[in-house]
Amino acid sequence: MDFIRRPLRHVFLLSEAVLDKVFGPAWNPLYHLGALGFFHYWIVAVTGIYVYVFFETSVSEAYLSVEAITHEQWYLGGVMRSLHRYASDALVLMMAVHILREFAMDRYRGARWFTWFTGVPILWLVTISGVTGYWLVWDMLAQYVAVTTSEWLDSLPIFGELIAGNFLTPDSLDSRFFTLMVFLHIAVPLILLLVLWIHLQRVSRPKINPPRGLAVGTFIAMLALALVKPALSQGPADLASVPTVLGIDWFYLPVYPLLDVMSGQSLWALVLIASLILAVLPWMPPMRRRPAAEVHLDNCNGCARCVEDCPFNALSLVPRTDGAPFSHEAKVDPKLCISCGICAGACPTSMPFRRATPLVAGIELPDLTMATLRDRVDTATAALQGDARVLVFGCDYGAPVRGLAGPGTAVISLPCIAMLPPAYIDYALSKSRADGVVLAGCREGGCNARFGQRWTEARLAGTRDPHLRARVPRRRLLVAPAGPADRRKLAAEVAAFAARLTSLPAEEPPAPPARLAAAVDATKEA
Amino acid sequence: MLRRIAGYAGQAVVYALFVAILGYLSDSPAYEHFPPDRALIKLSFSHGGARKGGCRKPTAEEIAQTAVNMRRKLICPRERVPLLVELEVDGEVRLRESLAPTGLALDGPSRIYRRIELPAGPHRIVARLRDSERDQGFDFENGIDATLRPGQNFVIGFRADLGGFIFN
Repeated sequence: MDFIRRPLRHVFLLSEAVLDKVFGPAWNPLYHLGALGFFHYWIVAVTGIYVYVFFETSVSEAYLSVEAITHEQWYLGGVMRSLHRYASDALVLMMAVHILREFAMDRYRGARWFTWFTGVPILWLVTISGVTGYWLVWDMLAQYVAVTTSEWLDSLPIFGELIAGNFLTPDSLDSRFFTLMVFLHIAVPLILLLVLWIHLQRVSRPKINPPRGLAVGTFIAMLALALVKPALSQGPADLASVPTVLGIDWFYLPVYPLLDVMSGQSLWALVLIASLILAVLPWMPPMRRRPAAEVHLDNCNGCARCVEDCPFNALSLVPRTDGAPFSHEAKVDPKLCISCGICAGACPTSMPFRRATPLVAGIELPDLTMATLRDRVDTATAALQGDARVLVFGCDYGAPVRGLAGPGTAVISLPCIAMLPPAYIDYALSKSRADGVVLAGCREGGCNARFGQRWTEARLAGTRDPHLRARVPRRRLLVAPAGPADRRKLAAEVAAFAARLTSLPAEEPPAPPARLAAAVDATKEA
Repeated sequence: MLRRIAGYAGQAVVYALFVAILGYLSDSPAYEHFPPDRALIKLSFSHGGARKGGCRKPTAEEIAQTAVNMRRKLICPRERVPLLVELEVDGEVRLRESLAPTGLALDGPSRIYRRIELPAGPHRIVARLRDSERDQGFDFENGIDATLRPGQNFVIGFRADLGGFIFN
């Protein structure tokens, strides 16, 4: 599968870099595809309610009522209809790019299988919603959709009577069919909303609203399209004739032309097999997973910081089981854990200064413990030379940092940059192991573990526990988010940072904490 | 300042590209579903063939063994015979098909829904159906001389009670 994923990933990384420059990371549409999908869903819902107010559910009136909406009140009804059409098309476009991006970035296997798997029925539900919508307009395209869909359904040996028999002649069609279609066109999107809710169950803090600026920009663009190219009907349906040349919506009806070259049953087999392959893709092949995070109850007081920071709801607080004088303890669900280590970075016991007792944090990755990380920092910095010794912490999913290593630069790559507790920066700088520290996580907005950059920046800013101590000189710290394609950019930033370090004056030794200083003074006086 | 203006211009380009894709693919490129110079015949009906083996009167013993409210004048086998349908256009047989009865016990009606494309213009159309156990010939035969206009949807149905095939 890698031979497809790799070039696709390259395309996405390149596109992300371009859109980062144009929109900035906060508004980059590629980082908000799911939220944009939701945004378009709500546009479709609101405009659909408006159009439905004026819609007539009968064979003779359906087309005329849509025409009246389109032309007699073009300034509102027509715009609403166009927005309804284009937002539903945009929803499909967002879904398609969203699927491709998650596939390209390998964010659909392992613990993420559930979100991918529950996305497959969403494709079907969105398609059914669109098809029933086109049916209702009852123009030539609607006739094509109705007849073709019926013939396709009739190819399944499950219906007692032929559905296509309802569309043989103008007299054979009943208005009750339109009532059924209206029901489906409302019920299926509501079911879709339920499935979307299930889709997000294993995602912590899901983004369901795009940034306001991006939403406004998207809406204005859609509005402009609605005014420049309003959605129009394609002539009234006439069952005595066969629609010949049609302007079909390629977002919703791409498989329909295939029915002119293959049998209905073959097409059912094709779409069902395609759906099945899509559904089982997370296991083709299964992801080789790192061991899940483990809780060490001796050092866990149930403070909930790890639970708060976990991006995939893999952690929860449960009543204490070991009799320790705390009400709760953290518990890991290994099935949901992606082993990013963000929880270990959030744990207040991840304290590298601790020497009297073995360094074991309340929660850790078994294959990269906090003690191991401290050893790596010690080993890596011990070999550093020169007057601008830089320690770079990178991310396994961001720009590769191994190539940056040299006499004056040591590198350590982590599963996620937020696995690094801020105390380790303090440890590297205050004990003069390094002259500067670089944090190079994933590209802003493109974090593999969703919140790596966000939590790191909040911890450094002191707005999220655990904070970076105030005594750490910020001028000796560089945060340089860099995606896999930003290796050169990162190298240049690290080189510039090292050059700046040489010109900095030596730091004052850190002052002892105020309480300790007061105690020392009191002892002296005594 | 210039950088900000360039950023907004870039965003405008991306939004324009986005809506251009939406606007274009929402109804383009046009798709030719059916050649404009041709007409379409749709042969569609649902009809139950005769019971296979025919009906018979129950014997006195069978009547005696059956509850009074369950007694019937005739005992008929459930299974129906398959239909044989034939459609001839301008002397050429365009369709000849045996239609099996539906249902697990093969006691339901046989159904057909077929599309046959023809050049527009005058045609002699003859439809035939056999719904009995006979080996040769047909039980129903109806024909029509029709001039089909381009893009016409010409429907052929069947109603035994109305005398056979119905041409719309």
